Amino acid sequence: MLRYALKRLISLMISLAVASVVIFAVIEVAPGDPASFMLGVNAQEDTLAALRAELGLDGSKIQRYFSWVGGMLMGDFGTSYTYRTPVSQMIADRLWVSLPLALYALTLSTLIAFPAGIYAAARRGKPGDLTVMGATQLGIAVPNFWFAMMLVLIFAINLRWFNAGGFAGWDTGFWTGLHSLTLPAIALALPQAAILARVMRSSLLDILGEDFMRTARAKGLTRRQALWRHGVRNALIPVLTIIGLQFSFLLAGSIIIEQVFYLPGLGRLVFQAISARDLIVVESVVMLLVFAVITVNFLVDLAYAAVDPRLRSRT
Amino acid sequence: MSLLDIENLSLTIHGTPILKQVSLSIAPGEIVAVTGESGSGKSMTALAVMQLLPNGGQATGAIRLEGHDLLTRPEVDMCALRGAAIGMVFQEPMTALNPVKSIGDQVMETILIHKAMPRPQARERAEEVLTRVGLPPDRFPLTRYPHELSGGQRQRVVIAMAIALRPTLLIADEPTTALDVTTQAQILDLLRGLVSEYGMGLLMITHDLAVVADLADKIVVMRHGEVVEEGVTESLLRNMQHPYTRMLFEASGHKVSLPDTISPRPLLEVTQVVRDYRLPRKGLFDTPGHHRAVDQVSFTLKRGERLGLVGESGCGKSTLTRAILGLEEVQAGDIRLEGEPVFAGHKPNPAVRRKMQVVFQDPYGSFNPRHRVERLITEPFHVLENPPMGAERQDLIAEMLSAVGLSPKDADKYIHEFSGGQRQRIAIARALIIQPELILFDEAVSALDVSVRAQILDLLAELCAAYDLTYLFISHDLSVVRTITDRVMVMQAGKIVEQGETEQVFSDPQHPYTRTLIDAAPVLPDIGSQVA
Amino acid sequence: MSRNLILGAALSSLVVLAALVSFVWTPYDYAALNIPDKLQPPNAQHWFGTDHFGRDMFSMIMVGARTSIAVALVAVGIGMALGVPLGLAAAARKGSWLDEVIMRGNDLVFAFPSLVIAILITAVFGAGAINAIIAIGIFNIPVFARITRGAALSLWEREFILAARVSGKGAARISAEHILPNVANLLIVQGTIQFSLGILAEAGLSYVGLGAQPPTPSWGRMLADAQTMVSFAPHLALIPGLAIIVTVLGLNLLGDGLRDWLDPRIRVARA
Repeated sequence: MLRYALKRLISLMISLAVASVVIFAVIEVAPGDPASFMLGVNAQEDTLAALRAELGLDGSKIQRYFSWVGGMLMGDFGTSYTYRTPVSQMIADRLWVSLPLALYALTLSTLIAFPAGIYAAARRGKPGDLTVMGATQLGIAVPNFWFAMMLVLIFAINLRWFNAGGFAGWDTGFWTGLHSLTLPAIALALPQAAILARVMRSSLLDILGEDFMRTARAKGLTRRQALWRHGVRNALIPVLTIIGLQFSFLLAGSIIIEQVFYLPGLGRLVFQAISARDLIVVESVVMLLVFAVITVNFLVDLAYAAVDPRLRSRT
Repeated sequence: MSLLDIENLSLTIHGTPILKQVSLSIAPGEIVAVTGESGSGKSMTALAVMQLLPNGGQATGAIRLEGHDLLTRPEVDMCALRGAAIGMVFQEPMTALNPVKSIGDQVMETILIHKAMPRPQARERAEEVLTRVGLPPDRFPLTRYPHELSGGQRQRVVIAMAIALRPTLLIADEPTTALDVTTQAQILDLLRGLVSEYGMGLLMITHDLAVVADLADKIVVMRHGEVVEEGVTESLLRNMQHPYTRMLFEASGHKVSLPDTISPRPLLEVTQVVRDYRLPRKGLFDTPGHHRAVDQVSFTLKRGERLGLVGESGCGKSTLTRAILGLEEVQAGDIRLEGEPVFAGHKPNPAVRRKMQVVFQDPYGSFNPRHRVERLITEPFHVLENPPMGAERQDLIAEMLSAVGLSPKDADKYIHEFSGGQRQRIAIARALIIQPELILFDEAVSALDVSVRAQILDLLAELCAAYDLTYLFISHDLSVVRTITDRVMVMQAGKIVEQGETEQVFSDPQHPYTRTLIDAAPVLPDIGSQVA
Repeated sequence: MSRNLILGAALSSLVVLAALVSFVWTPYDYAALNIPDKLQPPNAQHWFGTDHFGRDMFSMIMVGARTSIAVALVAVGIGMALGVPLGLAAAARKGSWLDEVIMRGNDLVFAFPSLVIAILITAVFGAGAINAIIAIGIFNIPVFARITRGAALSLWEREFILAARVSGKGAARISAEHILPNVANLLIVQGTIQFSLGILAEAGLSYVGLGAQPPTPSWGRMLADAQTMVSFAPHLALIPGLAIIVTVLGLNLLGDGLRDWLDPRIRVARA
């Protein structure tokens, strides 16, 4: 088990290192000099040089790469070209919106998808199954940001149960904060829940055809007991993969959904940074997103081992 | 009074008739074997007793367990009976256990699901039955997972689950088909012991007539969903009434006579061959271990000779086969065909490839489903420098198809239009088409029903006469090897432990392992052939 | 043929047809401003109504279909053209350094959702439809590589491949002759699914301004424009959304239908 975890951890480190090189290299290709972009065409050469030094733009590419990575490891993401404030501070503020949103959505999606998938699998081919499958087919086809607009139209503009946008902030209280993230989370979660429910169903149906399910029935378990005791845990193995993948879709999706609800999250930060050519912010946010995805996949690998004893002893 | 009474059981699945008027009965302490080839409906009979039929199954007639009809029982009652009054053991031990639950939990589940006793006692009972089936908890703790056990051990766990509540009826569906002969003998012993100890009735489903003759008190022979003959083992064997029964027994012990064609010239020379596989590291910084699959193997195959290679799974015979075929390079030693190495400079030697062909076990996996027979059997032409073209090619295709008993017109068909036996014929045609010096038969008849197997063996004997074949016949089935080879080698744990004239080795085995193998293999009594 | 297949094929061809017809005919000039007629709800003249500049929504939807399909199709093409050979190569050399490099590379790309790639590209080169294609296309590569490798690996174990090797055929030839034709069905089905995901991704990217730029109409940007007007002109948001749903639904149904339709034959061959 420990060996397995260690092996995964090493692979995580390598992925992060390679990802950081890729991101750095892409940003390096960007034409133009941020310092002259910030100071305008009439800037003095020595002012420019001072600003470059301040922003960490002097030195060779390799030096800059290592100071960027080294800084990140210490929690220093550099200084924003436009706001001249530490990027880490800007990101931290926004993270408190984006991360809870993604987790909220992931929770909702799982809570909806598991029962729906298990229900459909248990009633394969019956009306209940067909209804769930029809709904998920539709759910997959709906773009989440459009769904978000429809939610705003119905629940914010017409019913006035929620605000159409904006974020109250966590300091106004946990429930107020959660309340303002609810519509965005639903918008994010439902399409993902549709996918997850389908995976859960088909994974369970695969398991239902396995020999050991017949063994379970031969022991005297009812169909339902066999499904819950032997089916669900085995079916979780492929489902976990999808949950891991979904986290990256949820993070990416939250960047878009933040636009619909005017939420002050990472998405808005990154789009402002793009239009202001504040590349250090873009670079750091992208690195952070990639870090999140890779870490979640690492956790999924660990979860595999928890579910599947074969992994614990083998690799 | 009998324990189980099946009376006029008929079964349709989605309207297709599967069983027709099947009747049989089992008394307590009695072993009844239901036998027949694939499609005979023997497994469906077992599933019907369990009421675990596939969707769309409709059964009529009566299945009475201790006088009560099971067919009319509601599902709740059946759940209470399954595992408690009727236990079942399945064919495939590798997949019959839930991979994510420990063996203790799985055995205890049988007990707990029927609320037979509280948890601590259930645990004791689980330990007790696991000990009874040969897995004592001090060597096999309840916390083991299925993947940590071998196939035979897993089958013991399945049996422990089935007998944990001392059912009155045990159903075993091909319980030893997936196992090696020595393991098979142990499992059969175990089953026989349990039946006499617990006084259970055993409904045994098997295709293997030697097992049937050895084990059963009563035999039921089925074909196409019908019982063709039944009776007490002794008298049925002595006096077979139905031609199908006679045919089955004849085919099971089918013998062929091979023509004499051995010349003194060596064809294949294998010297001191070693093949190691790397094992995954145990610790992060350990050096990886090695598994020696083939260990210092040497032998010579003469032109015209039919050599057998027998051994149980994992003995290295498949690895050796792949090495001879040049599919994998060996670490040490030398494999030469007519003096030329199979591997030259870390690459397979095309000169040797031209002289060697192979027939595999699986008649379904051996062909690309998207190609026509014509293209399938001419694939070996790729290895030739001047493959035949045009009319010559067409003639050769026609000749080969005729030689293996098919029609030249079959060249335009796709593989899914053929049965398993016909596919094996096509595989032989593919191997023959370049007139190779040597053919390897890798478990080539193991997946076939006995009657089909007998036909393929006949075909091989004919081809030996027509084409002077030299072959290496790899198989786990001793009776087949005995009739189809001149000389035989016995392999165990990567080593050849014995080789010699086939009849000599079988009638007077020298190595203890050879003796174990021969003793473990169930033997057909001679009675059948006397009648036929 | 199943109901899914027929319905899916019908919906998908409807959208493709709309895109093709838009090259030669649209009811109105999709770019023509007509302020007096602005924000009309759907009516006899303008079937889908007009937007805040009085442009005909029906024409814009037709031309928008063009953008969506072009982006998604090219992205799937990129994914297949690069992913399938990589997957075949990885499977043919299973366990080698090549396999390892390809699979690790796949994992790495999976860590960059297409939106993140699009953000990076846009930050460096500016926004445009090409970015969307590249971003979605890059993300498709590991999808196809993985699925090809997985299917190819199980084929490599099959005895007909061993027979081909015994006949002296090399890995490249076996991949082309035996492996590829036997994974083709799977790739067609996956291609349909990736196509539909591409439509969704393109809409999302255009919505946040990382996709096709004005004046090229795209469904995602139509939704972005509609956002501030949703309370008094809901059709502006409803119609492009429904267009996306119909397209994606159609493609998904087509994919499912194709899988059911193609699969039994694979199974017959395997059984």
